[in-house]
Amino acid sequence: MNRRVFLANLAALPWATCFAESTVPRKFFVFGQLPPPGRIRRVFAAGAPAAVLAYVLVPDKLMGWPWPLSDEARALLARGQRDLPMLGRLAGRGSTLPLERLVALKPDLIIDAGTVDETYFSLAERVARETRIPYVLVDGRLADSPRQLRDCGGLLGAAERGERLARFAESTLLSCRDVRPQGRPKVYLARGADGLETPLPGSVNGECIEAACGVNAAPPSGVGGLARVSPEQVLAWAPDVIVTQYPEFHARAREDAFWKRLPAVRNGRLHLVPSQPFGWLDGPPGVNRLIGVRWLASRLHGHDDGIDWVGQARDFHRLFYGHAPEQDQLARLLAGV
Amino acid sequence: MRLFFLPDRFVLMAVFTLTALLAAFAFGPYPLSPGDVLRALRAGPWAENDTAVVVWNLRLPRIAAGFLIGAALSAAGAAYQGMFRNPLVSPDILGVSAGAGLGAALAILMGFSLLWVQGLAFCGGLLAVGTVYFVAGLVRRHDPVLVLVLAGVAVGTLFSAGISLAKVLADPSVQLPSITFWLLGGLNAVTTGDLALAAPLVVAGLLPMLLLRWRVNLLSLSDEEAAALGVNVSRLRATLIVCATLMTAAAVAVAGIVGWVGLVVPHAARLLVGPEFSRLLPAVLLLGGGFVIAADTLARSATAIELPLGILTALVGAPVFLVLLARSGRTT
Repeated sequence: MNRRVFLANLAALPWATCFAESTVPRKFFVFGQLPPPGRIRRVFAAGAPAAVLAYVLVPDKLMGWPWPLSDEARALLARGQRDLPMLGRLAGRGSTLPLERLVALKPDLIIDAGTVDETYFSLAERVARETRIPYVLVDGRLADSPRQLRDCGGLLGAAERGERLARFAESTLLSCRDVRPQGRPKVYLARGADGLETPLPGSVNGECIEAACGVNAAPPSGVGGLARVSPEQVLAWAPDVIVTQYPEFHARAREDAFWKRLPAVRNGRLHLVPSQPFGWLDGPPGVNRLIGVRWLASRLHGHDDGIDWVGQARDFHRLFYGHAPEQDQLARLLAGV
Repeated sequence: MRLFFLPDRFVLMAVFTLTALLAAFAFGPYPLSPGDVLRALRAGPWAENDTAVVVWNLRLPRIAAGFLIGAALSAAGAAYQGMFRNPLVSPDILGVSAGAGLGAALAILMGFSLLWVQGLAFCGGLLAVGTVYFVAGLVRRHDPVLVLVLAGVAVGTLFSAGISLAKVLADPSVQLPSITFWLLGGLNAVTTGDLALAAPLVVAGLLPMLLLRWRVNLLSLSDEEAAALGVNVSRLRATLIVCATLMTAAAVAVAGIVGWVGLVVPHAARLLVGPEFSRLLPAVLLLGGGFVIAADTLARSATAIELPLGILTALVGAPVFLVLLARSGRTT
């Protein structure tokens, strides 16, 4: 952490000859000169998690989406943000937005949430230096959601709203804290149309399992990230619960002779969770996962009976996305939950 | 009385493939003892327990697919190396892998179902080679083999650029990993249904190759010499391209891009049985099948998480190829 703080300071004050080393581990890093909250009117989100973060905190300041939203997703968003343009993302070589256009868009602030490592530091530092637009890099880990919401709320001039959402995040993340380690079911998170892609323990894509006090069925490999696995492995791991955001896989698993054999599927513990407007478990790995964590925790630890998930989802949409979908929209969304 | 003559080298290759086959049945992430496997094999595929499912429904199709894909890629590689008179040629020289990759990437980008991913991959492979052949046909005054290779490189690059574009446009947390994994290749998702689709295509490509095995040798002569011996060179070449493309596209549609097999296996086989195509073809089928089965067994049992097959074939194939290259360099 020290080196990161050092780098962040160095980037923010390239002219400084000495600097005070902060002892408080920070979870967000500023490159360039941060304007006061009242002066920030146009926020550019560098990636999908940051866009969700900015959207839930300051919808009116979000300039556009970094990726093309589907019609289905747009229909579930607040009216003002539904038709925002697709602007592209900043991710070094993977950028889809030229820096020149970024300058032309004249944002007051660039915000990025997600992995915080040397690569993203250098990217943020370079973009801030070349465009002279202040760049805020936020550690996007799910367990840090309350802090993200609070910090960025303060930064963007929505401290009160940030506090409210952070409290929801806190209560969500604490909802299963008393579950003992041996009582934690094994969860297989199936991705892809064939369900054979899965996040490994430690991967940002599988954080919702740990946050909901489950155990990732895939063995720890020390590298994190996503892996392709075979049906034989899934059989050997014997997950107690299978969750997916892919309707095609959900339908297939209920038909296919192999998947039907798995205890999780036999016991009715295969669940399809919503992927729109933002995924409940992943895609993007942002604060949108909080509702998924809340749902998964209650599913895993058996205090699920009688919870009206349509109502819960409506409340979450109203609180975070500023728009309560119609009853039939929600029913469709939650059909497989 | 000896019914047919089996040279020693073929016995050796058969032993290799058989060993790979047995190992493939014995090893895997689901813990089974060799005794369990034997019992499950004897009990038949209808037994209602996990052992039967692992052996019959999971390992058997995978092994069969491994053999099919290895054999198809190697046979296509051997035919191309003979036809292009160039030992560095692999089955994707005419752009079939890039075409298939683009087809699959587009299907994933559009959120299509698995069958569409495979179907578009297959069609993309055919389209790429079709384009190469068509463009090469427009060029008259050059060596047709050279024109084919150059057109293949250009079209392959074009389709690869398309793949890159699809990757840039893909959702980084949802679609991009799927595209990347597809391009790395693997047999982990193979089902009997995939086999039923791919096997007829591979056989359809292999049959003409088997029937024409004597004539393929003549392509190692110059076009004029081959024509003087009564061979319709351009027709033979077209037939071989169609056959090799069918086989490769079917293999790639099922397994993704599995590199190096079609390049290395024909070399190894040539060292063992010589360059004569009627002996080379059965040799590459056996060796190629065995090689991919062995690599896939390693891919699924070496680590807790499966390694993509394309990485393993390259890890094994590239050093072997370098050794072969160094050796052939010394002899010439």
